[in-house]
Amino acid sequence: MQTSPSAPAATPSAANDAVRSFGVHRRGQLLIALLLFVLIALLPLVVQNAYLRNVLVLTLLYAALAQAWNILGGYCGQISLGHALYFGVGAYAVSKLYVAFGVLPWFGMLVGGGLAALLALVLGYGCFRLKGHYFSIATIVIAEMGLLLAHNWEWLGAASGIQWPFGPDSWATLQFARDKTPYVYFALGLLAVTWFACWLIEDSRWGYWWRAVKDNPDAAESLGVTVLPSKMAAAAISAFFTAVGGGFYAAFVSYVDPDSVMQFRFSLLIVLPVVLGGIGTLWGPILGAAILIPLTEFSRSYLGGSGSGLDLMIYGGLVMAVALLKPEGLIRLLPSRFSRKKEAAR
Amino acid sequence: MTASALLQVLASGLLMGLIYGLIAVGLSLIFGLMDVVNFAHGEFMMLAMYATFGCFVFFHIDPVLALPLVAAAMFVLGAGVYGGVVRHAMRVKVNAGMVQIFATFGLATFIQGASQFLFSPDYRNIGDHGLLGGKTLELAGVYLPWPQVFGAVVSLVAFGGLYLLMKRTDFGRALEATREDKGAVALVGIDSNRVFALGWGLGAALVGVAGAVLSTFYYIHPQVGAAFATIAYITVALGGFGSVFGAFAAGIVVGLVEAVTAVVLPPAMKSMGIYALYLAIIFLRPQGLFGKL
Repeated sequence: MQTSPSAPAATPSAANDAVRSFGVHRRGQLLIALLLFVLIALLPLVVQNAYLRNVLVLTLLYAALAQAWNILGGYCGQISLGHALYFGVGAYAVSKLYVAFGVLPWFGMLVGGGLAALLALVLGYGCFRLKGHYFSIATIVIAEMGLLLAHNWEWLGAASGIQWPFGPDSWATLQFARDKTPYVYFALGLLAVTWFACWLIEDSRWGYWWRAVKDNPDAAESLGVTVLPSKMAAAAISAFFTAVGGGFYAAFVSYVDPDSVMQFRFSLLIVLPVVLGGIGTLWGPILGAAILIPLTEFSRSYLGGSGSGLDLMIYGGLVMAVALLKPEGLIRLLPSRFSRKKEAAR
Repeated sequence: MTASALLQVLASGLLMGLIYGLIAVGLSLIFGLMDVVNFAHGEFMMLAMYATFGCFVFFHIDPVLALPLVAAAMFVLGAGVYGGVVRHAMRVKVNAGMVQIFATFGLATFIQGASQFLFSPDYRNIGDHGLLGGKTLELAGVYLPWPQVFGAVVSLVAFGGLYLLMKRTDFGRALEATREDKGAVALVGIDSNRVFALGWGLGAALVGVAGAVLSTFYYIHPQVGAAFATIAYITVALGGFGSVFGAFAAGIVVGLVEAVTAVVLPPAMKSMGIYALYLAIIFLRPQGLFGKL
C-alpha cells in the first residue's frame, strides 16, 4: 500500500498501522456478519406466523439480489436497469430443467447462474462501450427483449409460464408445501454467500480496479487497469448471483411466468434497496432490503388488495423522499464502521 | 404483399411515428437541458390522457378543443414538478445520477398509484364519440382513421412550434445557451433555474399534447404511460440524447419499423423490430443517430 506523496507526515510505520487497523476492521465486519446471520437463523423460532416467514424469505432474497446488483452497480459504477433479465434466466433455467428433464434445482441454479454469467459477458462486450444513460437504457431494452421472447417462446410456456408439479417436501427438489421455514434458511445461505463474495471483493485486486473504473475510467485505463475486462468480470459475477436468486425464487413459488420475473419494474425493485441503504457498501443493500421489502409487502397486503393504488402511492412517495433527503443511503445514519469507505487503506 | 397494402402499413407507421416523435421530443428537451432522464415522462402522458378524457366526459369538451387546455395544465404540472422534486434532486452531490433516476421513478410510481386510486384500474376510451371518432380518410386506396391523421398533424405543428420557439425567441435562445453551458449563462444574467422550470413545463406540455391526441383512439388506464415511456427512451437514445430534432426523426423511424415488424412477425412481437434496430444502431454509433459524444 503506497502512501500518498502529498502526505509526507505519514511515515511507513503510520502506514503500517493504517493497514493493520484496516485488517482489524475487515475481520470485524466478518464477525458482525456472522453474528447477524446467526441471529436471523434463529428468527424462525420466534416468528411462527406463516405470512411473516414468507416476508422474511422475500426480504432475504431481495437483500441477496440487491447485494448482487451492488457488485456491478455499486462497486463498478455501471448502472444496469436490466437485471430482471438475469433473474428470469435463472428462474426459467431451473424450472425448465426440473419440470422437463428432472434436473434437481440445485444443479439447475448452477446452470442458470452459468448461463446468466455467459450472457452478461456477451452483452457486456457490446454494451460497456456505452456511457451513462446510454448504458442504462441499453440494459432496459435488452431486458425488454428478453421479456418479449419469454412471452412468445412456446418451449418456455409462453405467457402462461411453467408450473412446477406437486411433490413431497424435500431438500433435494427444494419443495416445501406445508412449512416454508427451509426457504428461510436457503435464502439466508444465499445472502451469506453473496455478502461474503462482496467482502472478498472489497479488498481484492478486482475490487480496487472496479472502484477505479467507477471513479474515473480514463485515469484507470492510463494506470494499467483493463477497463473492459474489469467491467465484464463484475457483470458476470453480478449476473451469476442474480440468476441463482431467480432459480431459488422459482422453486419458492413453484411457478414461473414472464410478467412475474422479467418486467422492467422488477429490475428497479432489485436496485431500490441498494439506493435506499447505500450504494457501494457492504451493509447498504441488506439494510435497504430490511426496510423496503417488509414495507412493500405489508402495504400491499393491507392497502393494495383491491388494486386501489394506495400502496403504490406510499411506496413511490417513500422512494422519492429517501432519494432526495438521504442520497448517500440510510447506512450513513449508522456508526461509521458500517459505512466507512476504505480511507484506512489509502 | 401488394403495393397498396405496403403503403397502408407505411402510412399507419408514419402516423404513429409522428406521435412517438412528439413524446420523445419532450423527454429529449429536458435531457439536453439538464442531463436528467425523466422516468415519470410516461406518467405525464397518462395524466394528460385522463385529463382529456375527463374534459370529454364531465364537461363535454371535445378532445380537439381540450388539447390547448390540457397542454397548458401540463405546462404548469411540469414546472411544478421541477420546482417540487427535480430542483432538489439536482442539488444533491453524492450519487447524483441515481438520485435523479429514483426521484423521478418514485414520482412515476406515486402518480400511477394516485391514478389507480382516483380513476380505478379500469380501461377507458373515448371511442367513436368525439368530433373525429369513427371517421376514416381514404387516400389512393389507403385508409387512415381521422383521429390518427389529426394526431400526426398536431405533432408536426407542435414540433414546428417548438423549433420556431427555440430559434426565434429570447426564451429559446436562453434555452439553447443553457443547454450549451450552464455556468456561462449565469454570467450574462440568465437565471438557469427559471430556464429549467420552463424547460420542464415545455417538455410536459409536449407530452401532454401527445397524450391528448392519443386519448382519441387509444385505451386509457393507469399503466398506459409505462409502455409508451419505454418506446420514448429508445427513441431518445436512438436519435441521440439531447438532440430534439434527432428525437423527432427517430420517432418516425420507430413508428415505421414497428408497423413493418407487426406485419412480418406475429403482432405480439411488434416491439422486437424497434429493439433490434436500436441495439444495432447503438452498437455502431454509441452516441445515437444525431447525438454528439
